[in-house]
Amino acid sequence: MSTVTSVTDATFEAEVLGSELPVVVDIWAAWCGPCKAIAPILDQLAGEYADRVKIVKVDADRNPETVTAVGVTSIPTLGFYRNGERVGVLIGAHPKPVYIAKFEEMLA
Amino acid sequence: MIVGSGPAGYTAAVYAARAGLAPVVIAGSVTAGGALMTTTDVENFPGFVAGVQGPELMESMRAQAERFGAQIVYDDAIRLELDGDVKVVETGNGVTYRTRAVVLTMGSAYRKLGLPDEERLSGHGVSWCATCDGFFFRDKEVAVVGGGDSAMEEALFLTRFASKVTVVHRRDEFRASKIMARRVLDDPKIEVAWNSEVAAILGDDQVTGLRLRDTITGAERTLDATGVFVAIGHDPRSELVAGQVDTDADGYVRVAHPSTRTGLAGVFAAGDLVDHTYRQAITAAGTGCAAAQDAQHYLSSLAPVDVPTPVLEVSV
Repeated sequence: MSTVTSVTDATFEAEVLGSELPVVVDIWAAWCGPCKAIAPILDQLAGEYADRVKIVKVDADRNPETVTAVGVTSIPTLGFYRNGERVGVLIGAHPKPVYIAKFEEMLA
Repeated sequence: MIVGSGPAGYTAAVYAARAGLAPVVIAGSVTAGGALMTTTDVENFPGFVAGVQGPELMESMRAQAERFGAQIVYDDAIRLELDGDVKVVETGNGVTYRTRAVVLTMGSAYRKLGLPDEERLSGHGVSWCATCDGFFFRDKEVAVVGGGDSAMEEALFLTRFASKVTVVHRRDEFRASKIMARRVLDDPKIEVAWNSEVAAILGDDQVTGLRLRDTITGAERTLDATGVFVAIGHDPRSELVAGQVDTDADGYVRVAHPSTRTGLAGVFAAGDLVDHTYRQAITAAGTGCAAAQDAQHYLSSLAPVDVPTPVLEVSV
């Protein structure tokens, strides 16, 4: 079982841009209700996509550089990265099938 | 079965559970708790002298419903079959419930401005949730569109972060409650653009401003803003039941007031799905209570009365 791990401004480059596996970056914050609502779904997906996708989370409060780099002003937001490049963004809280479709699109 | 988990849904669950009906609440996979989950201070819910946080209030309602035996399912209803004696509720995870009575409490969703660039810039400056996104506008200038209590609450919340908040409103006075309107008008960080509507949202990758049109003279001007928070009201989330139960021209489910009965036997509706007038947590809770009692009367009138629980069958 893979789990969702935390990434910071300091480790973003190595963990996300330098990753061999495709990476999904979940930008969240403790005060964001919808972020909490999707956390269990991302935990499930981390298990279901173990060895195929790496899921990491970035605390927006503590990592302003990453938030600025991704260029979003809404959370929850997921950034999808392959080979160091951002290939997609999904803003807002959605039901699980929407995330699965987005994961599949990234892997296709 | 109860579809929806705002104040109406959870209150219906409390009453139905205490009546021994073993209700199942389809709470939503990411929307559980409803609209209050993205608010902060709820100051007008009776009994909370010092106010209560929206998410905290909803957590309490959920816990209260569970305490009496309600089952909360964190999944989305994707199909409802409401005619006939046995109703069918199908969820996103592929579970099908068969039940004798359904209480519809799906609430409402944020209304959009309907401008071409709104979708494109959503999440890049366009937002519907100040409590989620206000943080990203520290020391920035932002706009709030709307004139009701939601708009006032968003504007006041945003003053914690933004350097300036402009409330854009179509008319020359607010529809909001006096106390909220007064707080907005008295706030040194908030300006109001009266008689103004949004003609366009400006910006390539990020919002840079709004083009405002004067609703009286038609004159247009540009307002610099890096964020725009849309609070122009809500639309009922009745898509799932459209064509099955009666709705009015705006999509609100029609019920036989003062009861919560829809035109279909065994189908009841409550909360913001029905109400385009009051739209408060307490009125939603009130009609949720009524719906549970209406459902209870309906179930007890069924002959033969040998149905131990309203959920007849669950299949995956």
